[in-house]
Amino acid sequence: MLDATPKTQFKREALRINSCKTCQPVGALYAALGVHRCMPYSHGSQGCVAYHRTVLTRHYKDPMMAVSSSFTEGASVFGGKSNLTTGVKNVFDIYQPDIIAVHTTCLSEVIGDDLKAFIQDLDIPEGKYVVHSNTPSFKGSHINGYAAMMGGFINYLSQTTGQTNGKLAVFPAWSEPSDLRLLKSYLEQMGIAYTLFPDQSGVVDAPMTDHFEYFPKGGTTIEEIQGLGDCTHVLGLGEWTVPEPCAVLEKKCGTKSILLPYPIGIQNTDRLLMTLTDLTGKPVPYAIEEERGQLIDLILDQHIWTSQKSCAIFGDPDFILGVTSLVLEMGMLPKYVLTGTPGHAFPKMCQALFEAYGVEDQCQAFEFDDLFDLHQFIKNDPVDVLIGTNYGKQIARAESIPFVRAGWPVLDRYGHYLWPNIGYRGAMRFVERISGAIMDHVDAVCPDEDFDVVM
Amino acid sequence: MPHTDILTERKNFIGQGGGKTVCCDRDSVSGAVSQRACVYCGARVVLNPITDAYHIIHGPIGCSSYTWDIRGSLSSDDELYRNSFSTDLSEQDIVFGGAEKLTRAIDEVVAKHHPRLIFVYATCIVGVIGDDVEAVCRQAEQKYPLRCIPVKSPGFSGNKSYGYRMACEALMALIRPAPRPAGRLGVNLLGDFNLAGEIWIIRHYLEIIGIPIISTFTGDANYDTLMQSPQARLNLVQCAGSMTYLAGQMEEEFGIPFIKISFFGREDTSASLIRIAQALGDSGLIARARAFTQEQEARLLPFEQAWREGLAHKKAAIYVGGGFKAISLIRQFNAMGMETVIVGTQTGKAEDYELISQLVGPDTVILDDANPAELERFLKEKGADLLVGGVKERPLAYKLGLAFCDHNHERRHALAGYEGVRNFTREINLSLNSPVWSYMGGSI
Repeated sequence: MLDATPKTQFKREALRINSCKTCQPVGALYAALGVHRCMPYSHGSQGCVAYHRTVLTRHYKDPMMAVSSSFTEGASVFGGKSNLTTGVKNVFDIYQPDIIAVHTTCLSEVIGDDLKAFIQDLDIPEGKYVVHSNTPSFKGSHINGYAAMMGGFINYLSQTTGQTNGKLAVFPAWSEPSDLRLLKSYLEQMGIAYTLFPDQSGVVDAPMTDHFEYFPKGGTTIEEIQGLGDCTHVLGLGEWTVPEPCAVLEKKCGTKSILLPYPIGIQNTDRLLMTLTDLTGKPVPYAIEEERGQLIDLILDQHIWTSQKSCAIFGDPDFILGVTSLVLEMGMLPKYVLTGTPGHAFPKMCQALFEAYGVEDQCQAFEFDDLFDLHQFIKNDPVDVLIGTNYGKQIARAESIPFVRAGWPVLDRYGHYLWPNIGYRGAMRFVERISGAIMDHVDAVCPDEDFDVVM
Repeated sequence: MPHTDILTERKNFIGQGGGKTVCCDRDSVSGAVSQRACVYCGARVVLNPITDAYHIIHGPIGCSSYTWDIRGSLSSDDELYRNSFSTDLSEQDIVFGGAEKLTRAIDEVVAKHHPRLIFVYATCIVGVIGDDVEAVCRQAEQKYPLRCIPVKSPGFSGNKSYGYRMACEALMALIRPAPRPAGRLGVNLLGDFNLAGEIWIIRHYLEIIGIPIISTFTGDANYDTLMQSPQARLNLVQCAGSMTYLAGQMEEEFGIPFIKISFFGREDTSASLIRIAQALGDSGLIARARAFTQEQEARLLPFEQAWREGLAHKKAAIYVGGGFKAISLIRQFNAMGMETVIVGTQTGKAEDYELISQLVGPDTVILDDANPAELERFLKEKGADLLVGGVKERPLAYKLGLAFCDHNHERRHALAGYEGVRNFTREINLSLNSPVWSYMGGSI
């Protein structure tokens, strides 16, 4: 279907084709869904929040609650203060959340709405909260919006009492609910007291019950966010995404932070667990070590199928850095690693990984790029596997490449949000799926004489 | 638990059957979880199916990425429209203006792809920062042999219906000035987006009867077919919400009369085919239309009888985009022996709601621009078994324990024509009678 993608590359500066990112507000909305009984609030036109709810619903197959200021012509001329005032009142009246998380949009940023001042003037019911973050759509990507909203919650809520609460704060980069569940299970298996923020598990993957709930059980509580300032440390998982909220908390409450790569792959998971041990003195239990052994066993068992195979990986910075690390551990060649999110740090981080495995001459990393470019790279110098969001399916089909769906969004499959990507279990799932995709492709295209029941 | 009270501002937007209309076609209330989108969304969904056009979204990236290949409208030829083009405006462009970047983006498209038709969509901030999109488009047309049409669709400038209208304006800008209408035998089909190939079904029916389709708006359309549209003798308006305005313009400027038709459900399909033949005023066509519809209905009858038992007396709720589709669905449910207990639309007009309230019983709830709280309340209160809606309603229905059928962009099968009756019946039966419902509400 992407016959429109020619092989010959040409210089493109102003035109974005088939983007590999979306705008900040949806990230802010997703972060806010990770707070218990929180209503995300988009301060802008009606369409923004309709799109964000749609894309999240298409990924998680669950209803996503969020509201909008529903800007009209008048609001865009005279400012959106009255829309916000009415909107916040309506939300507290009808949906009764504990907290409203407002994020801005391109429109409210350009007309210069001062959210801080607007919120100060609001009549907020006793015991309820309204926080905000600035998330102009014309800067960064959805990943920046996610980080900005985390900072917004911390700015408004986190405090320090001068006494530690003995808990470890954990700030994950944008994560699937399955990964947050796995992270919590590691912390619980090790007996570590923690606050995971944000935590969308139990919200976006809520079980089928007898009734529909606006605010399902999951999410970091307001008390937990308030208590972040009293945590012993903050462990930031994702060197690209979470430095910002870590810095906001450190500046406000003095909480020291430790940054680690997003824990996809063997080494990244090792580092997470060793850091947890270093910080708390708690040993890694055998059950987790056993999983590590199973992962190594699996990689070895299938390594002739994946070793030396080349791949292209695209998606969000921290997630694909983790995937890149894993495929290098599997002996694969991440020929193209590409994100749409702007930021020079990303290719540098990739480069360090390439160098660690001595493949820097064969691999390239790209930031602020798009999938039209990726398709052209692949047309000119193909890869054996493509790993990324559902938007890779057109490329995979056009070029007949095995395709592994991973990252956000995946709009064309069900159930992916229930299985982990991080930790040893997540790595096992990646290895199974990558080798499976390669072998399915062999089965589909090989001549009859090579078709074998044992592989 | 939140109260599922109705916001005072929303009360006039909710009514019941019995011939009265409800308040509609207004802006959504701030702070409501509205299921409705914006002006840009309305314009984009109408124009996007034009298969060989470059749809360039002038704005920050989100507006283009959320609408990338989501329409489900099929093409028999070009697949260009399934790519996503944007100027991806950044902070610098906001400060210094984005018009120059738009000009360069058009240059880049032209340099490599030799387009004949470009639509440039102006999003929320474009107007606010003062980009003269019309001027950029005009210059592009002077510089290159192509049509470059601005679509004025800032999200805040109205609601989704207004976006439909802006799309119609863009279409008129494309086909005007038309060559003198030739009065060629044939019709244009307006407001069909070829979801799941539905236009192909209708085209086939009309061909059998002897009526060629000259142009379609906009499913499976391309530059050439659109430019031929002024030659048609009659315009057929299917999705009235989006296309009545265009039909009116084409009547005024090209003298093409229009009729509103609907190909959803046996009754409406047959009636529409006969009305089309009658409107063309040819006795041969009328006879063939009657024969064709009779034959098709006869073939459908055993199917309908076989499935009726599993569906009769079930209660259906409808929440769709436009009023005309809701009307067809009510008739379709009536034919199945099902009762429609809730009817809602995002963009229905007063006359639609008037007709709806005549078609349903006095206890049926009628809603304009409903939010999930209202839908939840009435779905429970009315004991609905099935909801027909779009992407945002599906998980809500499931969470409430209701069967669901997508009658929007995510429809799995063609729902138009006699084939559509079969697909629709099978699909709602499949959802209503899935074994999964027996596991609901129980514990281990």
